[in-house]
Amino acid sequence: MPFIPHTHADKESMLETLGIASIADLFDEIPDRIKCDSLPDIPDGISEMAMLHHMAHRAQEDASGVCFLGAGCYDHYIPAAVWDIASRGEFLTAYTPYQAEASQGTLQLVYEFQTMLASLTAMDVANASVYDGASALAEAILMAVRVNRKSKSRRVLVPASLHPSYLATVRSIVTHQGIELELMTSHEGLTAVSDVDLENAVAVVVQHPNFLGLLEDVDVLTNRAHDVDALVIGVVNPMSLALLKPPGDWGDTGADIVCGDGQPLGIPMASGGPSFGFLCTRMIHVRQLPGRIAGRTQDKDGNHGFVLTLQAREQHIRRAKATSNICTNQGLLVTAATIYMTLLGPQGLHEIASSCVHNTHRLVDRLTELPNVSMRFATPYFHECVLDFGESTEALQQRMLDNGILPGYPLTGLIDKGDQAMLVCATEVRTEQDIDRYYQELTNG
Amino acid sequence: MVETIFDKSRPTRRAVAQRVKEGFAQQPLPEHQLRSAPPMLPEVSELQAVRHFTNLARKNFSIDTHFYPLGSCTMKYNPRGVHRAAMQEGFLNRHPLTPTSHSQGVLACLFELQELLQNVTGTAQVCLTPMAGAQGELTGALMIKAYHTDNNDHERTEIIVPTAAHGTNPATASMAGLIAKEVEVDADGDVDLESLKRVVGPKTAGIMLTNPSTCAVFERRIQAISDIVHDAGGLLYYDGANLNAILGRARPGDMQFDVLHLNLHKTFATPHGGGGPGAGPVGANELLAPYLPTPMVTKTENGYGWLDRSVRPKSIGRLSSFMGNVGILLRAYAYSMMLGANGMRNVSAYATLNANYLMKRLSNAGFHPAYPDRRATHEFAISLRQEAKATGVTAMDFAKRLLDYGFHAPTTYFPLLIPECFLIEPTETETKEELDAFADAMIAILKEAQTDPDLVKQAPHQQPVGRLDEVQAVRQLDVTAH
Amino acid sequence: MPDFPSDLRYAATHEWVRVDGNRATVGISDYAQTQLGDVVYVELPEIGTQVESEGEVAVVESVKAASDIYAPVTGEIVDTNDELENAPETVNADPYGEGWFFIIEMSDEELSNDLLTAEAYAAHCQEEGD
Repeated sequence: MPFIPHTHADKESMLETLGIASIADLFDEIPDRIKCDSLPDIPDGISEMAMLHHMAHRAQEDASGVCFLGAGCYDHYIPAAVWDIASRGEFLTAYTPYQAEASQGTLQLVYEFQTMLASLTAMDVANASVYDGASALAEAILMAVRVNRKSKSRRVLVPASLHPSYLATVRSIVTHQGIELELMTSHEGLTAVSDVDLENAVAVVVQHPNFLGLLEDVDVLTNRAHDVDALVIGVVNPMSLALLKPPGDWGDTGADIVCGDGQPLGIPMASGGPSFGFLCTRMIHVRQLPGRIAGRTQDKDGNHGFVLTLQAREQHIRRAKATSNICTNQGLLVTAATIYMTLLGPQGLHEIASSCVHNTHRLVDRLTELPNVSMRFATPYFHECVLDFGESTEALQQRMLDNGILPGYPLTGLIDKGDQAMLVCATEVRTEQDIDRYYQELTNG
Repeated sequence: MVETIFDKSRPTRRAVAQRVKEGFAQQPLPEHQLRSAPPMLPEVSELQAVRHFTNLARKNFSIDTHFYPLGSCTMKYNPRGVHRAAMQEGFLNRHPLTPTSHSQGVLACLFELQELLQNVTGTAQVCLTPMAGAQGELTGALMIKAYHTDNNDHERTEIIVPTAAHGTNPATASMAGLIAKEVEVDADGDVDLESLKRVVGPKTAGIMLTNPSTCAVFERRIQAISDIVHDAGGLLYYDGANLNAILGRARPGDMQFDVLHLNLHKTFATPHGGGGPGAGPVGANELLAPYLPTPMVTKTENGYGWLDRSVRPKSIGRLSSFMGNVGILLRAYAYSMMLGANGMRNVSAYATLNANYLMKRLSNAGFHPAYPDRRATHEFAISLRQEAKATGVTAMDFAKRLLDYGFHAPTTYFPLLIPECFLIEPTETETKEELDAFADAMIAILKEAQTDPDLVKQAPHQQPVGRLDEVQAVRQLDVTAH
Repeated sequence: MPDFPSDLRYAATHEWVRVDGNRATVGISDYAQTQLGDVVYVELPEIGTQVESEGEVAVVESVKAASDIYAPVTGEIVDTNDELENAPETVNADPYGEGWFFIIEMSDEELSNDLLTAEAYAAHCQEEGD
């Protein structure tokens, strides 16, 4: 019996204590009609060795090659210490830190994480994570509507240049609370600020860099939204904030809510999950912030310690009136991200972000030497760029894949003539040789 | 004084091994887009970082270090082999947008997991993307809503939940734009059918039930509940929080549930990670399957691929950036492969044996099970109300004192309708010796409560900190170090 | 023993009401604050809000619980105790005095028969406690 420690003697002695003849007797309250005696379609168990052999085979099938894909998930180097420590049993196999005195490790770590995220975004407070970037934006929009409840309108403006999966997720979740999502049009890949009708908007979403890698005019967008008392929700890549102006400094007064996906901070790509979503805000809105929050306090002897605080916002106390239904979050990934940010420090994070920017610009410069390749948008970009290949990218993509290169994300259906365009990204792990290989593969076609 | 990582920080100190090439000639970003001051991240050496977080880890109770009988959380052993299986380079380095032609390995695992969960739950189709139990619940509520909307049944705005339900149930109803209506639980812990008949009606969209229930007993009248709700035009949602109790012995699909979620981080032994991640796959019968979220995995002549909205037009849509918590799904898949059909049935057998045994030992010692005439399931509730009245020592005090005895506390004060409640779930992976030691600790604490109540009320005494002031934590909110 | 001043009327949901002409001052009872424990936050209505008797008006939170406060009478909120924002502990220290929540200008000066006398309310609390 895998993982079950009972000896025959244990079982017999326990049954005797219970005064029953067999374990089956313990299930006598289940009506016979709904009992099942076996699971015929499920195979017999296998050993750890056999399971690992099978899984190793499956994992090898997907060894995918040199990655120039981004689009919301990035191939960064993860220092060895990050997952060595995050995989320690005391982090890996602990529950939510409800018993504070037995969970000081997790709680202090969350407190340190909140501090780092608040500083990175230039906001006052961060929560202990939500599921991922897309669901973080859904929560941010619901939160903005609660914060701005004086506004009778439920109109939330989202950019056309928002990550398409984020938009789809937000649609699935927020419309059930009567929120009307309205797309702001794009011009040359950027939100067309002057065309936006802000009248009655409760909140305006700004993704920066946007899905196409471009830098939005965040100052103007923020100020215009605030002029009409709409809240500004920033959707950001935390890695970019090592270089870019943090949302808390956008415009004259800064964004009101900031969210995003923490994957770039030491989380493996791992097919897109588990990652974590983060949510930050101003202190005045903290009671509308969903999810767990760790706070510092004292014990009776004046020793500092950490607890989950402001729990009356949450579902286990507030039930139907909670800020969200979220319970389980992405704690282990927060652990990894906190260790990652600590190992990198401000200087290290700056260097990695710079390296990503540099490498992508190198890649773009190199590839656009080819006569048929050009930049689709003549606008400053961060570490992703839309390249136009002058013809359908389908065959190109397949050829590159077969030669061990993930060439980028095809934008078919997402932008005008998207079938000819790909979103490309070269992080700090891409070398000059990798870029050269991409170039060579292109010229071979 | 507790030192945070920021207290250890010194300007310009760094973990040099993490350095990448630097000194780029040209900064291509416009000046007005740049950050003016660097973020206040710690500046420490690699050893300082490693030591700091290692020492933090040592301040945690965890399954790997302590018995952790947290009711409704299923804190069973998280197999190391399963962790290793999911942490292989091929899985970790796979970009989520890699074309399916180069993703057959992971897609095969996910497809087989879908099939396996269909079998285990008795449902027609399973979608793996929901990232936790609560997101699974939301998925189910949205599917029920979408079904009624499809049938032009727009008046169905109410979801029924038992008074003892987990807080996520009513919170989910609100998120889905539905109204939670409570139904009473009777003295035996089952749903009160008369109360149910009163709340059911033309506005009923459905009912959310956990079975075994949050009162830790099997809902015996599930057939009657199903008939009442279905006859009224409502649908049945199964909250899989307690599936460990009946794994391989009773399937929610056979209990007439229309839609359900599973908590893989409970029943399928994936680690809780200090709060997450989890995974909350959702299964549905033929009626509701078309509404399952996207993406799902399919198998065709050309191999495995994704099913998206274009081929599932009734789907409630996407709920995550990519494909949910794939790393957790892989762990659950590897775990279930090791268990096999018999292993799964043994999970419920020994989880139930352990819970009933521990309940018996505690009741023999004079503690009061909340439902003394019922079988324990994989867990059971006791009420410390009489002990609290007699000694002034509350369930919270008992919980804190247990930490000193080297046991994580059970779930306290849940379900709310049981006063001074302990919800105790030992799981199948604990030995009889561990259960006996826990029972002995409870008996010892009861004695302390009678002879030296202050000792218990002031507990814990042997943890890194004493009992923390949660009131101060809210009144003088301190949530960042700067 | 909790205190039940006899000059007040009480709602079964544990609010007290003190009537002065057409102005009704509202707070939560001594029994309620004991049950809640240390109050850490009070969310008060906006002045000018029209409230219905038995409608939700405010929220009071302790560390482990959050309770809705219902209007005992119908009318308009004309004043709120903003001191509670910075000193929610006043609700525990002085529930019938400095710990008041809000004042309603009543549209009907006749009090509902559902509001209990001190004696009846004390019996109600006794029952709830058992």
